Amino acid sequence: MDFGALLLTLVTFAPLLGAAALLLVKPEQKNALRWVALITALVTFGISLGLLAIFNPADAIRIDLPWLSVAGWNVHYHLALDGLSILLVLLTTLLTPLAILSTWTSVEDRVRQFMAFFLMLETGMLGVFLAQDLFLFYIFWEFTLVPMYFLIGIWGGERRIYAAVKFFLYTMAGSVLMLVALLWLGTQYNTFSLPELIAQRANIPPQAQTWLFLAFALAFAIKVPMWPLHTWLPDAHVEAPTAGSVILAGVLLKMGTYGFLRFNLTLFPQASWEFSPWMALLAIIGILYGALVSYAQTDAKKLVAYSSVSHLGFVMLGLFALNQQGIQGALLQMINHGLSTGALFLMVGMLYERRHTRALDAFGGLWKVIPVFGTLLLIVSLSSVGLPGLNGFIGEFTILLGAAGSDALGNAWNQIVTALGVSFIPMRSAGGLWFAGFAALGVIFAAAYLLQMYQKICLGALKAENQNLKDLSWREIITLLPLLVLIFWIGLYPKPFIDLIAPAINQMLGY
Amino acid sequence: MFVPFDSTMLLAILPEILLVVLAGVVLALDAAWQPEKRRWLGWLTVVGLAVAFILTATVSQPESEPRLLFGGMLRDDWLSFAFRLVFLFGAAITTLFAMDHEALGRKGEFYVLLLVSTLGMNLMASAGDLIMLYLAIETTSIPLYILAGFITTDDKSTEAGFKYLLFGAMTSAVMLYGFSLLYGFSGETNLYLLAGKLGELPMPALLGSLLLVLVGFSFKVSAVPFHFWAPDVYEGAPTPVAGFLSTASKAAGFAVLMRVLLAAFPAALPSWQGLIALLAVVTMTVGNLLALAQTNVKRLLAFSSIAHAGYILIGVVAVNAAGMNLGMASVVFYLIAYLLTNLAAFGAVATFGRVSGSDEMDAYKGLSRRSPALALVMLVAFLSLSGMPPFGGFIAKVFVFAAAVEANWIWLAVIGVLNSIIGLYYYLTLLKYVYLYRQDNLEEEQKPLPISRPYALALVLLVIGIILLGTAFNPWFEWSRTAAASLF
Repeated sequence: MDFGALLLTLVTFAPLLGAAALLLVKPEQKNALRWVALITALVTFGISLGLLAIFNPADAIRIDLPWLSVAGWNVHYHLALDGLSILLVLLTTLLTPLAILSTWTSVEDRVRQFMAFFLMLETGMLGVFLAQDLFLFYIFWEFTLVPMYFLIGIWGGERRIYAAVKFFLYTMAGSVLMLVALLWLGTQYNTFSLPELIAQRANIPPQAQTWLFLAFALAFAIKVPMWPLHTWLPDAHVEAPTAGSVILAGVLLKMGTYGFLRFNLTLFPQASWEFSPWMALLAIIGILYGALVSYAQTDAKKLVAYSSVSHLGFVMLGLFALNQQGIQGALLQMINHGLSTGALFLMVGMLYERRHTRALDAFGGLWKVIPVFGTLLLIVSLSSVGLPGLNGFIGEFTILLGAAGSDALGNAWNQIVTALGVSFIPMRSAGGLWFAGFAALGVIFAAAYLLQMYQKICLGALKAENQNLKDLSWREIITLLPLLVLIFWIGLYPKPFIDLIAPAINQMLGY
Repeated sequence: MFVPFDSTMLLAILPEILLVVLAGVVLALDAAWQPEKRRWLGWLTVVGLAVAFILTATVSQPESEPRLLFGGMLRDDWLSFAFRLVFLFGAAITTLFAMDHEALGRKGEFYVLLLVSTLGMNLMASAGDLIMLYLAIETTSIPLYILAGFITTDDKSTEAGFKYLLFGAMTSAVMLYGFSLLYGFSGETNLYLLAGKLGELPMPALLGSLLLVLVGFSFKVSAVPFHFWAPDVYEGAPTPVAGFLSTASKAAGFAVLMRVLLAAFPAALPSWQGLIALLAVVTMTVGNLLALAQTNVKRLLAFSSIAHAGYILIGVVAVNAAGMNLGMASVVFYLIAYLLTNLAAFGAVATFGRVSGSDEMDAYKGLSRRSPALALVMLVAFLSLSGMPPFGGFIAKVFVFAAAVEANWIWLAVIGVLNSIIGLYYYLTLLKYVYLYRQDNLEEEQKPLPISRPYALALVLLVIGIILLGTAFNPWFEWSRTAAASLF
C-alpha cells in the first residue's frame, strides 16, 4: 500500500478512532472531551493537508481492495481523491474543527455523546466524498444520517424531535430508490466500481438510463435540497445546534450536489442531457423561491437556512449547464457556500448564545456595542451576496457564464420556441442566456435579504437590553478567521483552487 | 442417494443426541438439586449448548454430497448444518436471557422444554420426509405452546399460550391435510422422490395441495394472513420466549419452506413464485402498517417480525431453478442477521422489563440517561432492524433486494424498499423515546438500570455479531451460499 492510499484510509477513519477514544474519557471531564474531539478533528485536517501536498490534479490518489466477491458480486473498498472531491474533503476537514470549537461554551449537556456523534458524522461525510464504489458510497451516505439525527434530536431547539425525524425520514425515503438503482447496476454489470461502470455506460439501454437517472436524482435532489423537495431543510437547520447547522449547510447539502456531479452526470450522460432543462428550471425556481422566502423571515437562522435553498439552486444550475464553466463554477460555489453560510450560521449562533433569541426585531444598532462582530458579519454577508472581490462572486459569475453558454440549455430553449411557434421570442444559439438571466435575479434578491438582515441586526437604534453585549472572544475570532481568509483568498485569487479541480472536470467532460 | 446405516450416521445427528442428553441431565438435576442450587441449571444449559455448538461445528460437518439418512427421514447437507448451528446459538442466547427471569430462571422444566423445542427445530431443518417433517414441526411447536403460557399466574401469558396452541393446532391440521393429499397423489412421502411424481400432476391439484401446506408454514413464519397470533402471543409470553419464537422458530419455518418448495415443487416454480411474491407484499405491508400504531414495545416487535418475514419471502421469490443466484443465499443470510438482531432487541426489552416492569414505550423515556449501555444496544438492534449500515440488518436487506433485482423482480424490490421506510419510522419512534425524550421529572440519573451478568454477556455477543455481519460479511455470505446451494 502506498503512502497516498494509507493517508486516504487514515483521513476517513481518523475521526472514528477519535470517537472511540472519547469513550476512554470520563463523561464529567467536559473540557478533556472537547480537547480530544478538537485534536482529532485537527489531526484529520492535517492529514487532508498532507493529501493536498501529494495531490496531482491530473491523477487520483486511490485505494482499491476487494471486500466482497461472491456470485458475480464485486464490492470493493475503493476510495479515491480526485479533482472533484479534493476541495469538498478539505472543506469537511476544515469545518469540523471549527464547528467543534464553536460548541465550547454552547454544548454542556452530554458532551461525550455530542462529540462522538460529531466525529462519526465526519467519517461518514468524508466517506461519501471519497467512495468510488457504489455500494461503499451508499453505506457512507446512510451512515451520515444517524449522527445528524441525534445531533438535531438531542441538542437541538424547541421542535428538535420533529425536525430530526423529518430530516431522517425525508432523506432515507429519497435514497432507498437509489439503492435499488445501484443494485440493478451492480448485478447487471457485475461491478459496483464507479470507473468500471463509467467505462460500460454506453451499454446501459436508454430507457434504463432514464429510470436510473431519476432514482439517483431523487436521492440527491432531496439532499441538495431542490425545490419542491426542500421542506425538511428549514426545520432541520433551524432546530439543529449551531455546530450541526454549520455542518448541515456547509457539507451535508454538498453531498447532494456532489452526488449529481459524481454519479448522474458521469454515469448517465444521455439522460443528464435530456433532463438538463428541467433540472435547470427547478434550480431557477429554487433560486427565486428561496430568495423571496428568505426576505420574509424574521428569524435570522431561518433566513440563512432559506438562503441555502437559493444558493444551492445556483450550484444545480451550473451543474446542469453541462459545460466546463458551469461545472467549475458549481464546484467552486459548493465550497463558497460552505464557507459563507457556515460562517453565517456560526455568527448567528454567537448572537444566540449572547441573547438567546434570533428574532431580527430583538437587535439593531449592534455595531455600536460589538464592532468586531459587526465588521465580520458584514464581510460574511457580502460574501454570501456575491460581492466582487469576495468568494461568492467568483462562483456565481462562473455559473452564470456557464449557463448562458450552455449547449444543453440553449438547445432546449430553441426546441421550446420552435414548438410554441412564436416568432417574436428571439431564437439564438445561446438560449441559455434566458436561464442565466432569471438566475441573475437571484443575485439581486440575495443582496436585498442579506443586507436587510444586516441592517436589522447591526444598524439603526440600539435597544437597551443589548447595551451590555460582549464582543467576540478570541476563541470565536479564531473560529471565524480561517473562513474569512478563504473568503478573501478565493475572491481575489481563485486560480489555485480552479487549478485543483479543472483537470478532473475536463476529463469528465471528455475534452 | 439413500445410504444404508453405518456409524457415521450417528455423527450426523450428533447435535440432536447431545440435546437429548442435555435435556435428560437438566431434568435429572432439577429433581436432585435443592431449590437454591437450581439457579445453576441455566448456566448448565448454556454451557451444554455451547459445547454442542462447538462439537457440531467441528465434528459433524456434512459431507460434500448431500446424503439421505435413516431411510430418507433426514437429509444431511450444509443447509441443515447451518440452521442447526443457528438454532443452537439462538437457544443458548435465549437461555442467557431467561436465567435471571423471575418466573423462568430456576425452573428445570423451562430449560428442558426449550431444549426439546430446539431439537424439533434441528429436525425440521434436516427433515427429508413428510412424516419426519410433521413430527419435527410438532416437536417444536408443542413445547413452544407451553413456554408461551409458562407464567401460569399471569393471565396474559396463559392467554398467549392458549391462543398459540389453538392457532397452531388449526394450521397444523390444514397442513397435514396437504401432506396427505401429496401422499395420495404420488404414493411417496420422501420429499426428494415426490418431485418426480408430482411433475405429472395437473396444475390445480398440485397448487391446491401446495396451498394447504403453505398454510402451516405461513403460520410458522408468521406471514399474513396467518399472523394474527403473533402480537398477542409475543406480548403475553415471557419476553425471552417471545424472542425465541420470533427468531429461531421463524428461521425453522423458513428452512422447511425453502426445502419443501425446492425439493417437492420444482415443477410449479413459476406459479409458487407469484404466490409467494403476493404473500411477501401483503406480509410486509400489513406488518409495517400495523406496527405504526403500536405503543407496546413487544407488540411493535411482533408486527416488525411479521414485516421481516415479508422481506425474507422476497428472497424466496427471487430463486431461479439453476440455483446459482443470490435468492436462497440471501434468505439464509437474512435469517442469521435477523436472528442476532431480533434476539438483541428482545434481550434489551427483557433487560429493561425486568427492572422497570413495563413494556410500554412511555416507560422507555430517558433510557439513554438511565443506562447508556442498554440504550446503545437498543440503538444497534433497532437500526439494524431498520436496515441502516453498518449493521447486519442492512447487508441482509441489501442482499434480499439485490436478489430480487437480479432475478428481474424489480417491482418487488421497490415495494420492499418503500416498506423499509415505514419500518424506519416506527423503529425511530422507539429510539426517540430511548434517546430524545426525557422523563417528566428529569431525574433519570437517580434511577439506574442494572444489567445482570448473563444479560450483559448475551447482549455483548449479539452486538458484536451484528456489527461483524455488517462489516466483515464475506465469510458469512460465503457460508450462506454453501448452505443454500445444497438445496438444489
